[in-house]
Amino acid sequence: MSTIATPLPETPLAWKLLYRGKVGMACLIIAESAIFTIFVVAYLYYAGKSLSGPTPREVLETPIFYTVCLLSSSLTIHFAGKLLERGRRGAFLALWLLTIILGVLFLYGTGQEWLRLIYQHGLTISTNLFGTTYYSLVGLHAFHVTAGLTMLSIVLLFGLAGRVGPEQSARVEVLSLYWHFVDVVWVVVFTVVYVLGR
Amino acid sequence: MSSDAIAIPTAEAAGRPWVATLHEWVTTVDHKRLGVLYILYALFFLVIGGIEATIMRIQLMHPHNDFVSPQVFNRMFTMHGTTMIFFVAMPIMFGFANYLVPLMIGARDMAFPRLNAFSFWLTAFGGILLYFSFLGGNGLYGAGNAPDVGWWAYAPLASRAFSPGHSSDYWTIAVLASGFGSIGTAINIIATIVSMRCPGMTLSRMPLLAWMNLVMSGMVLLAISPLSAAQIMLLVDRYLGGHFFDTQAGGSATLWMHFFWIFGHPEVYVLIIPCFAFASEIIPVFSRKPIFGYPVMVGATVCIAFVSMSVWAHHMFTIGMNSYANSFFTITTMAVGVPTGIKIFNWLGTMWGGKIQFRTPMLFCIGFLFQFLIAGLTGIMLASSPFDWQLGGSYFVVAHFHYVIVGGILFALFGAFYYWYPKITGRMLHEGLGKLHFWLFLIGFHLTFDLMHIPGLLGMPRRIYTYEPGRGWDTLNFLVTIGAFVQGIATLVFVANLVISYFKGAKAGNDPWDAWTLEWSVSSPPPDYNFASIPAVSSRRPLWDLKHPEDPDSHYE
Repeated sequence: MSTIATPLPETPLAWKLLYRGKVGMACLIIAESAIFTIFVVAYLYYAGKSLSGPTPREVLETPIFYTVCLLSSSLTIHFAGKLLERGRRGAFLALWLLTIILGVLFLYGTGQEWLRLIYQHGLTISTNLFGTTYYSLVGLHAFHVTAGLTMLSIVLLFGLAGRVGPEQSARVEVLSLYWHFVDVVWVVVFTVVYVLGR
Repeated sequence: MSSDAIAIPTAEAAGRPWVATLHEWVTTVDHKRLGVLYILYALFFLVIGGIEATIMRIQLMHPHNDFVSPQVFNRMFTMHGTTMIFFVAMPIMFGFANYLVPLMIGARDMAFPRLNAFSFWLTAFGGILLYFSFLGGNGLYGAGNAPDVGWWAYAPLASRAFSPGHSSDYWTIAVLASGFGSIGTAINIIATIVSMRCPGMTLSRMPLLAWMNLVMSGMVLLAISPLSAAQIMLLVDRYLGGHFFDTQAGGSATLWMHFFWIFGHPEVYVLIIPCFAFASEIIPVFSRKPIFGYPVMVGATVCIAFVSMSVWAHHMFTIGMNSYANSFFTITTMAVGVPTGIKIFNWLGTMWGGKIQFRTPMLFCIGFLFQFLIAGLTGIMLASSPFDWQLGGSYFVVAHFHYVIVGGILFALFGAFYYWYPKITGRMLHEGLGKLHFWLFLIGFHLTFDLMHIPGLLGMPRRIYTYEPGRGWDTLNFLVTIGAFVQGIATLVFVANLVISYFKGAKAGNDPWDAWTLEWSVSSPPPDYNFASIPAVSSRRPLWDLKHPEDPDSHYE
């Protein structure tokens, strides 16, 4: 029963399938994209339909600096992965740490913006449709950044303990796929909230 | 073949305490055990959902009946719909996929066994949460208990103002939890099929069951996610004072309908595509012919998945959309009929000229073919928006979708039970009881759901708890209820057959049906590791090749 079927192919099969981790993450990204799509549709559908203020034009400021932070973290995680593949653990850890710092900076930026909106402009999730859609969309993204940072930190801790080597680079690659996705979502959210939505 | 199975020393089952067995089942990450857990869990809820349906049918037996109060009736149809879709149909499909896909593609387990267990328990707790609402739904307001807003939970019915207490929250969180479970399992099925196939199992040699579960899982990713997003929005509205579906603050009730049906319609195909898969495995084996038009079958499945993503608003014709939307959704809905028709012709083409064996699995599949065709035809009728304006929200619609779900999905599922039960338990289901089950269920089904179309045409709206006498609905409703009881008795025969055959059934052996796919090459039930050594295949019917070395399929590929 070592081979079910006869006759076997003459030449031994070159049988290589995709890495299951990558496939799984790609599927997760498809599902997450569908979730974000629904929130983006709701945001666009309700843009300009709030019955009371404040409106996006009055209160939103474009977070250029923090956006640059998040987008450049995609670069650092990419190069961190490449370094790990070549076995340069020290450089990998440094770039990995930099990625986390950039991500945390971005979250800090979101926090600052929310603080300003809530205390200076009195905009909460229940104020009007803009508040409802804005906090849910940006909040959903920030939640994904937080989840990503948690996973990145776990890898950092393992790395500091000396447990992350080139043999794990396929797994690290899967995580960085997720992080790239979070960045791409931010490009969409940024366009919708800060460009189109105003 | 069993000769080179690996003997794994196991403690004698009789000598082990039941707690150890229970612990093994609760902590299992094995795809076969999780598959069985999914199926048993779904069967349990099938009985509960059936009892709820029976309560509704008893209430509607006579005009002005007062078997249950209007409030209880609302809870019954909400719980019946939610239970049957999320906690019966979905888990049972995932159960069969979990059990069969790795065996059919020559893998030892799913791609992510722990994610598999996690997804199952999420779904399981979702169901428990939904039913806990009978106890916990009162909340601080003392209002309501189980959810009673219909399984669509249309806004503003589900908002705080109209649904005080916690009943709608239990519904939302139960559906959200089981939704995340479904997404997890779908990811797992896709990763398994893409990355775990045995050598030689190219995509074009994969059993159709694997193909169709791959498509179904892709649809789950795209359909369940919008539902999860909408449930999160509903929670924001109910708990944080958001205004997504709050019309008083400029929100839109229609948007909820769109979000719900973007999930709701593809969901029908998420459930029916695995049933196509069962039929595509069972019909060839009992016609003694390979499937007719394999590549077209795959193409039609992908095509159905694609088109069915753009038909959702045919559930919303009666809310008043513009004529462009009406035309678009009428056309797309009718277009789904084309690939579906291709499939029906392919199954008929498989049977044509074959040596058909009328065993119980085949009987159920033939019932499925016939009834699914009729369900599709009433679907085409309802797809026409002017017709839908007349009959939307009537019992005609209820009869139509029960024809799909009971006549199509449930019949194919019963076929799958009779076909794979020997593999799962090692014993055959009793053929006589199986035939009794089939004929009783067939009679009950047609009595109930054929006749149910007519009160709909006569204007009986759905979701009413009682009606006036003398509108021509009385006799029909009485007969519909009788049919429901016949189906109930048939289901009891089925359950009895499951239990009796488990202990007393004839031993099945590896391959009781003389079938051609890999799962029949291993012992019944399969060993823990599935395959002693990973098989290699060189055609679509590896077991045919093995049994007929003089004329293997691989010569014709």
